[in-house]
Amino acid sequence: MEAVKGEARVLLGAPATRFSYIRDREEWLGPLMLGPAILYIVLVVGFPFFLALYYSVSDITLGSRSLGFVGLKNFTGVIGTTKFQTALKNTFVFAILSQLLVLVLGNVLALALQKDFRGKWLVRLLILLPWVAPISLGTIGWLWIVDSIYSVINWTLRAVGIFGPTFWPIWLGVPHLAMGTVIAVHVWRLLPLATVILLAGLSSIPKDIHDAAQVDGASFWRHYFQVTLPLLLPVAVVALLFGLVFAFTDMTVIYVLTRGGPYDTTQVLASLAFFTGVAGGDLAEGAAISLFLFPLLLAAAIGFLRIARRSEVV
Amino acid sequence: MATVEARDIRKSFGTVRAVDGVNLSTKEGEFLVLLGSSGCGKTTLLRMIAGLEKPTSGDVLIGGQVVNDLPPRARKIAMVFQSYALYPHMTVFKNIAFPLKAQGMRADAVRQRVEWAAALFGIELLLHRKPRQLSGGERQRVALARAVVREPAVFLLDEPLSNLDAKLRASARDELQQFQRRIGTTTIYVTHDQVEAMGLGDRIAVMQHGRVRQIGTPMEVYDEPADTFVAAFLGSPPMNLIEGKDCLVGFRPEHFLPKEAFPMTEAASVPFRVTRLEYLGADRLLYGVLERPFPEQKVIAKLPSTVTTSIRQGETHEFVVKEKDLKFFDRDTGLRTAPRPLSTQFA
Repeated sequence: MEAVKGEARVLLGAPATRFSYIRDREEWLGPLMLGPAILYIVLVVGFPFFLALYYSVSDITLGSRSLGFVGLKNFTGVIGTTKFQTALKNTFVFAILSQLLVLVLGNVLALALQKDFRGKWLVRLLILLPWVAPISLGTIGWLWIVDSIYSVINWTLRAVGIFGPTFWPIWLGVPHLAMGTVIAVHVWRLLPLATVILLAGLSSIPKDIHDAAQVDGASFWRHYFQVTLPLLLPVAVVALLFGLVFAFTDMTVIYVLTRGGPYDTTQVLASLAFFTGVAGGDLAEGAAISLFLFPLLLAAAIGFLRIARRSEVV
Repeated sequence: MATVEARDIRKSFGTVRAVDGVNLSTKEGEFLVLLGSSGCGKTTLLRMIAGLEKPTSGDVLIGGQVVNDLPPRARKIAMVFQSYALYPHMTVFKNIAFPLKAQGMRADAVRQRVEWAAALFGIELLLHRKPRQLSGGERQRVALARAVVREPAVFLLDEPLSNLDAKLRASARDELQQFQRRIGTTTIYVTHDQVEAMGLGDRIAVMQHGRVRQIGTPMEVYDEPADTFVAAFLGSPPMNLIEGKDCLVGFRPEHFLPKEAFPMTEAASVPFRVTRLEYLGADRLLYGVLERPFPEQKVIAKLPSTVTTSIRQGETHEFVVKEKDLKFFDRDTGLRTAPRPLSTQFA
């Protein structure tokens, strides 16, 4: 019996190691391959998340070694403050306006990039650049572009004659203007991802369907709103979900450009959590602020994924 | 209703000449089939007529008017695609209503027209369903209904039956023809299936390498092929072509019959050694080679099962072909030439 086994091994040419045994067993191989990824998520995402959950119901501060349970005191305490309420309002304005712009502009760009034209690769490259460049570096570039004294926009527009001799907007120094600037830079940054996702969605629509719409006499708008957009919806929803989560939770642009100013008019929950918890030292309150939107985002994510699944058409 | 005409129409994709100088015109209410193997340019030609593709040169005329610069929606055409191209997110009703709404028709008029078109194809009960809930045959009917609903001047059909199974295809072919006869709209139909082409077409345009090799009634293209391509493309098995002294001689397998059963005068007598037999139920196919004085070339004979002459593998029998069933082609150009006595070709 042993001899026969040995012979078979020789015939099949497989080395008789323990690893080769695992390699052929899916119930072992699968978990083994997934292991590193799960470990990574647990350590880098899971652990901090649960730590934040724990902090948010404690009285921890930076520098103190005590850790007492205080229930929901951090949440109830922070909700009433004007600082928090402004940040909450700003978060929604920032996230919704920037996503609206990203979706509209991303659609326009994706439609334009779907057509063939000379120099298309260059345009594609340029559009993708903001995504490839490190975000903080790109934003520092913007910091110079909208600088109160050296702003290249202001100098150029004055030189061309569009700005009069007394007109000199301080992009980051006036409340509404600052919010507008922050949103614009955030849109600049998220546009490439949305465009690429939407472009992939557009190219998955069969060409015959567009041809049929053309033969059926649909005008550009009817074609777009009644045929293309509904078929793009599942993909657009995914792009929107990514963008919204990004806009609700990320603070790089705001941190680099305004640090929440002027007078907290661009403060969002993510930046407020950072300034309260890390810069201000009140870890517990910072954790409470940063977790405040978590249930909402979770609900939104589930909702969006449901829509995406339901509107899958083919 | 209208006629369609293509005048010296060409289309190149890079260096590939997909359509290479096609001239053809339909008659009023005609069912014209473009037949050719894949890549012969038939679909490109259809798409140029539809306005989905711009010709590199040449003119497309619909109803006597040059429509080169008109978009598809202004050409009064309707098209059925191979994939049917139904809008997957719309119900059958909305699919059929789409072209009408695009014309700005009022809602109650739209409803009336959609119901009329649905009744025409027996799909009234499917109006609330989405395309993914339909079978292949039902989708095809919806696609046809969507095409008919605004009463176009010309129908363009791009292999509409090729996604159906064989049984359904036969009945769909029948319905399609009856329907076209009834509404009498000029129709151009693209297919690679010669049975479909022969069965449906008033005339067939046989295409190869972007050119029309022959255009004629099914009878004409089958019985009087203009060149060796058409001769070999149509018919299953294709026409036998044997090399003579200064031309190619062709005859159809079903015209190549054993002398015992068909003692004909005015027929060429040919010794035929059978090397293989296929019994297909309705027919017998005999594969074999010719014997002297003819060159040793492979030919096929197709005998209906009503011919019961006993023929076995390895035997040599005298076969006959009627003189009028012999076709002669130029050796170099492949074009049809005048008939000549067989004795001048095979000594």
